[in-house]
Amino acid sequence: MKSTLVVGALLTLMTATGAFAQAIKLANVAELSGGGATVGTNWKNGIDLAIEEINAKGGVLGRKLEVSHADSQSNPGVARAQVQKALDAEPYVLLGPGYSGSVKVTAPLAAEAGIAQIMGGEAAELTQTGNKFLFRTSFGQQSSMPKVAKYIHDEMKAKTVAVVWVNNDFGRGGRDVVVKELDRLGSKVVADLSTEAGQADFAADVGKIKAANPDAVFVYLNEEESARILKELKRQGVTAPLMGETTLIGQKVIELAGDAANGARGHVGLTTDAPVDLVKAFREKFSKKYNYVPDHNGLKGYLAVYMVKATTEKMGKVDPKKFADTLHGLTIKAADEPGILMDVTFSDTGDIDRQSFLVEVVEGKQVVKQVLPKVK
Amino acid sequence: MSNLFDLLVAGLATGAIYALVAVGFTLLWQTSQTINFAQGEFVMLPAFLMLAAMHVGAPFWLAIILGILLSLILLGLAFKMLLVDPMMRHGVLPLAIATMALAIAIKESVKQFYSAEASPFPSIVPTGDISILGHAVSLQSIGVLTVAILAVLGLTTLLSRTSLGHQMQAAAQNPTVARIIGVPVERMILLTFLINAFLVALASLLITPIYLAKFSSGEVLGQAAFIAAIVGGFNQVRGAIAGGLLIGVLDNLAAAYVSTQYRAAVPMMFLIAVILFRPQGLLGRAEERTV
Repeated sequence: MKSTLVVGALLTLMTATGAFAQAIKLANVAELSGGGATVGTNWKNGIDLAIEEINAKGGVLGRKLEVSHADSQSNPGVARAQVQKALDAEPYVLLGPGYSGSVKVTAPLAAEAGIAQIMGGEAAELTQTGNKFLFRTSFGQQSSMPKVAKYIHDEMKAKTVAVVWVNNDFGRGGRDVVVKELDRLGSKVVADLSTEAGQADFAADVGKIKAANPDAVFVYLNEEESARILKELKRQGVTAPLMGETTLIGQKVIELAGDAANGARGHVGLTTDAPVDLVKAFREKFSKKYNYVPDHNGLKGYLAVYMVKATTEKMGKVDPKKFADTLHGLTIKAADEPGILMDVTFSDTGDIDRQSFLVEVVEGKQVVKQVLPKVK
Repeated sequence: MSNLFDLLVAGLATGAIYALVAVGFTLLWQTSQTINFAQGEFVMLPAFLMLAAMHVGAPFWLAIILGILLSLILLGLAFKMLLVDPMMRHGVLPLAIATMALAIAIKESVKQFYSAEASPFPSIVPTGDISILGHAVSLQSIGVLTVAILAVLGLTTLLSRTSLGHQMQAAAQNPTVARIIGVPVERMILLTFLINAFLVALASLLITPIYLAKFSSGEVLGQAAFIAAIVGGFNQVRGAIAGGLLIGVLDNLAAAYVSTQYRAAVPMMFLIAVILFRPQGLLGRAEERTV
């Protein structure tokens, strides 16, 4: 009885002195199951890791961070409902989703509520609609695809290219930019193959690639489908070099595709194999906590939370209404905020500028072949 | 032309797996009027049982044996005793709905207790090519086809050449008369459930290296096998085999020559055509409903 009284008195005292100040509430809606489970789980784990670190060091402006996680089931309809529910609870910032299709349908809701949304989608169109509340954690396709097309044309010296893409907002967005760029550079697209999200059997698609006999194959699918097509490409003995984006050479893809991933190349905005000390340290912390090596989505989730921290500290107060305005045009330096890992600048549209990497899978490991510097 | 050959081989390999699953469908229907809508999940689960065995340190070969044994117990014995037997007396429809519920339960349990993410699964066939008639054909396709054909041959030999098979046929065709002449009908029915469990475990072993182990991978398989069984003839094992191969090839050809978006629609349209013009299935027997 006595001890209860003491604890009660202490609690009252702490609340009164502000040591127990109200936590800053974040809401995360991500692909925790369904086709994008790899994406969403990494993203969520990255978020949890960052929050744990920040809270261990005293939080943001003396207030702890708290996050609620909701599952979009990789379905834009469910994502919309979950985001609406999350917004009803008036979070400080909305995190996620990771799939472009889900971002597309949820962004208007967050904008209407005046809440900043930090998401993982990479479709070009997302930041081109004039939404003032949407922020990327990685490159949009309009920044990454021209680099990819240039590499296929200049470095791979491919005169003919087969393009395989997934028929959703993410895949179509990337396909449109890369095909346009390849055409401009003078590489001919000899096979333009759309595939379905969740597709299990790629025998027919690979058969078509084989028949077209291209100098290079550009693969732009989600992680699991990337692994399946890599296996099928190997099974059918396709020897043309493979080029893609992060989704072709991510850790999960390497784990799923095994040997078949060797030799695949990709332009990567974020990789845990980046030759950057802070990224290496992140990778170590993440692997220690979750017992597996994260992919770029783990990094994105982690960065999203540090974007919240850096922006809030820049404002000097927790103000959801001013958050988006402050983040526009902001440059966050890794020297000032190590959690941001690499220097980054946000444009007025919510796009990012950061250094990027060209990666090849060698014996089951991502090997960074080139570092492409920050544009500005 | 070489493209067509590749497509046919790949289609037959996938079709052979559909056939294994479809044969199980027809066996359960013939002996116990069970329409098992969880058949796809039955194919998904053994791979996870094998993965779980490997997680606790079993080598791959031992994991396969353990996976098949556990499948026999869970998907054969327990399925029959805990779900089919109690539901059967309420009729075919409640049982069919119960199997749908079972499908959801299996799927969600794997998601909950294992992972929602896909996992890699080792292949029993090495990767590589061999040359057949001047075409490079993958060892994996040949391996899948061979194992599936051997399983189906073994099953048809059992059914048509052995006394046990004849007893099973008798139990399926007319249980009352079979019982009178001394066939242990209950045991025969249990045997078909065990055979189905073995076939789905085998299909799981063959398909998972290609499709990856994932809680939702049974959906596509279950649907394809169901279509295969109806197209071929729900009351004939040879019908299910033909249906499986046909749907596998049709699916691949549709993806290559029609479009990837409509690949799933082509077997469906074929199914509708079969139901309209030959409702008993391509190789099935017409049955009349007795009152």
